[in-house]
Amino acid sequence: MDMARRELDRPVLSVDGVSVSLAGRRILDDVTFSVGSGQFTGVIGSNGAGKTTLLRAILGLQRPTAGQVRVLGQPLSRKNRSIGYVPQKVLLDPDMPMRTRDLIALGLDGHRFGMPLRWRSRTEAVDEMLQAVDAERFADARIGHLSGGEQQRALIAHALISRPQLLLLDEPLANLDLRSTQEIVELLGRIATEQHVAVLLTAHEMNPLLPVMDQIVYIADGRAVSGTTEEVIRGDVLSQLYGHHVDVLHVHGRILVVAGHGTGDDRVPAPDPMAG
Amino acid sequence: MHQLLTWVFEPGFFSSPPIHVAVVIGAAAAVVSAVVGVFTVLRGQSFAGHALTDVSTAGGSGAVLLGVSPLLGFVGVGVAGAGVMDLIGVQRVRGRDLATGIVLGASTGLAALFLYFDTTTRATTGATQQILFGSIFTVDPTTVPVVVVFGVVSVGIMAAIYRPILLASVSPDIAAARGVSLRVVGLLFMVALAVAVGLSALAIGAILSTALLVGPAAIALRLTNRIAWAVVAACVIGVGTTWIGVLLAYDSYYWGAKHTAIPVSFMVVALIFLLYLATGLPVFRALLARPAAARPAMAVAESGQEA
Amino acid sequence: MFSGFMANTWMVATIVAVVAGVVGFFVVLRGSAFPAHAIPNGAFAGAAGANLLGINTLFGLGALALLAAFGIGRLGRRGRSDVSTALALVMMLALGALFLSRSTEYEPQIYSLLFGEVLGVSTNEILPVAGLGLLSIAAVACLYRPLMLSSIVPEIGEAKGVSAHWMEMAFLVVLAIATTMTVPVVGALLIFSLVIGPPAAARSFTDRPLLAMGLSVVIALITVWSSIAISYVSNWPIGFFVGALGALAFGIGRAWAAFRRTRSERAESDPALVLQRV
Repeated sequence: MDMARRELDRPVLSVDGVSVSLAGRRILDDVTFSVGSGQFTGVIGSNGAGKTTLLRAILGLQRPTAGQVRVLGQPLSRKNRSIGYVPQKVLLDPDMPMRTRDLIALGLDGHRFGMPLRWRSRTEAVDEMLQAVDAERFADARIGHLSGGEQQRALIAHALISRPQLLLLDEPLANLDLRSTQEIVELLGRIATEQHVAVLLTAHEMNPLLPVMDQIVYIADGRAVSGTTEEVIRGDVLSQLYGHHVDVLHVHGRILVVAGHGTGDDRVPAPDPMAG
Repeated sequence: MHQLLTWVFEPGFFSSPPIHVAVVIGAAAAVVSAVVGVFTVLRGQSFAGHALTDVSTAGGSGAVLLGVSPLLGFVGVGVAGAGVMDLIGVQRVRGRDLATGIVLGASTGLAALFLYFDTTTRATTGATQQILFGSIFTVDPTTVPVVVVFGVVSVGIMAAIYRPILLASVSPDIAAARGVSLRVVGLLFMVALAVAVGLSALAIGAILSTALLVGPAAIALRLTNRIAWAVVAACVIGVGTTWIGVLLAYDSYYWGAKHTAIPVSFMVVALIFLLYLATGLPVFRALLARPAAARPAMAVAESGQEA
Repeated sequence: MFSGFMANTWMVATIVAVVAGVVGFFVVLRGSAFPAHAIPNGAFAGAAGANLLGINTLFGLGALALLAAFGIGRLGRRGRSDVSTALALVMMLALGALFLSRSTEYEPQIYSLLFGEVLGVSTNEILPVAGLGLLSIAAVACLYRPLMLSSIVPEIGEAKGVSAHWMEMAFLVVLAIATTMTVPVVGALLIFSLVIGPPAAARSFTDRPLLAMGLSVVIALITVWSSIAISYVSNWPIGFFVGALGALAFGIGRAWAAFRRTRSERAESDPALVLQRV
């Protein structure tokens, strides 16, 4: 169920009719959208809507029961180097002897066997990344001691350093305070436009992303609609997606999606609006 | 029929006194281990459970050296070791295993020292083997009541902390919010563990102690998602494998011409190990066919939750 | 103390300490304390079996150490890893008990295999030990990057094609190799202290991974050398000193880490610096 598609050169990522069924349950149902170079895409949906499964399918960690995922026109393989991945919850032991810059350096060649060589070029690349994500302040701090926002930035640098074409982030804004959320969103927007890296992230709240999002993929109950915010976040479109009446309210530049009255059926909760 | 019975139960089985003791002590140890073991597995503290057998052994060697009752050494040092583990450990699972490791390393070092003194000062041979591999068939019958008493103490502690420990094991945050002192409950659990492990190591040997602590509980948790049922199942499995193991070990004396029996520890452990493997097989899992969401017990245990 | 057969001991012990320091770095990083304890114990059963069959102890050690590693890795796939490690361990020990029951008792040998024996190293053992030591270190060097990635951020590793399961298996095998060579010198029960204490201490003193590994080797060397020296002089078992010094190193590391924490906490409450943090 997709609406207007942007005219793109060969898309960095194309998701084509992807369905995923697990243990008899349909998690994803015929999801189709594509992402172009430097485009910022937000995959929005509440918990359980299928966002994580979609990400895993894109990463090649979950085989779709139908449809196909293509990266740079090629079908997926496990070792896709053109994708930089920032996972959701990374438990970092405070006692781990590793600094921010070491973590970022791992992103260069962590998958290759052997010991790291070519120190100088490594260090230069790491310094460049530290600057790009504004992490110089805590470059030498232990990764286990970083705050949520700092950790997020370190992980983004880790993913970016190998110069991927697509940056994939799993709920990067969850558990971040207001200021950190803003900073991360701005950072990601900058990365998309300045470095021409396609950015795709999942979130359950779309408002912080409105300033930078080029495309939204709205997921509910495994089904998805994609397009610009104006095209997708509309009462009629979302009502059709949810299967029951949904209202879209615009309040001071923020968007609220609210389950409607009358049906008594609020089985599928709309994403919680963020305060303020 | 009579032939079948004598084939299964070799002559003298029911009348042999060491067998009587073995059956009673084995059952007692199995029950206590099962009760404590279910929570040990839930909390991911199998390492601590095993380490405490070695720590207790150090206590036992020290006690022998000082001429003090080995039981006191086993249980006393075991509890002390558990306390130190809890003290220097942190709530994160990785840090906890590290603390366990440090205490274990230091204790085995001490054990080495005590055993060295022991063999040089008293020239008691076989001391190492005795303490480390101790056999259920060589248990002194007079220790039976003591074992039972300590077993009751351990089970009693578990009964007292049953609800808070369950909550804390599943979600430490909720438990803390409800006013459960994670520190106190955790420490009490360690004490119960140390007592249970100490006496079972003394009674049935270090190997069996760990096997009965972890094995039946792990198997039970695969079979059911209700903790109470898991405890019952673990007891049944523990006692069952112990008794069958004792029987087989006794019978093995009559197998072949050599007349060397197969050690009980091997029999029981092999049975438990096989059961564990069997319950892990895909065909078995299909038989149980429970959706993942309906099995919180093992899902928690197997997802590596920090507790 | 430094002449004759003792020279062998010093040489082998040095190799052991270096390997323990290197492998131990990952043991502590991955929280693999239990497998690090279980595999040497499994190896011990192999030595008993080898004795029974009349073959070279080292083969028996190696074979069962590898078996233990595979068992732990394979079983750990489904189900809790600490449970599978525990069960693999007791199965190995039970096998050891079985072997022992079949052969004539050899009390002093059990003792030395478990706790280590200063004088237990003969000249013709040096070469295989050195060879295995070199193999272990080479393996760690080869696995360094993917193992680091998989140990610290396993999900990212998976996304990049580094299978966490295979990394675990590879690491357990390296542990098994390292174990085989060290059991004759420091004993099954005490090699464990060497791979836990020094690396745990090292990580308290530095933030940098390679430096932590190097420091862990240094601390392990100091531990082993002191243990040999004191053991030689006092005749007390070497295992005791390894365990005690390992715990001491850990304690010093913890104290230092706590000191550093309070110092940085005091700095953090400085209002001028607070505003800079996110």
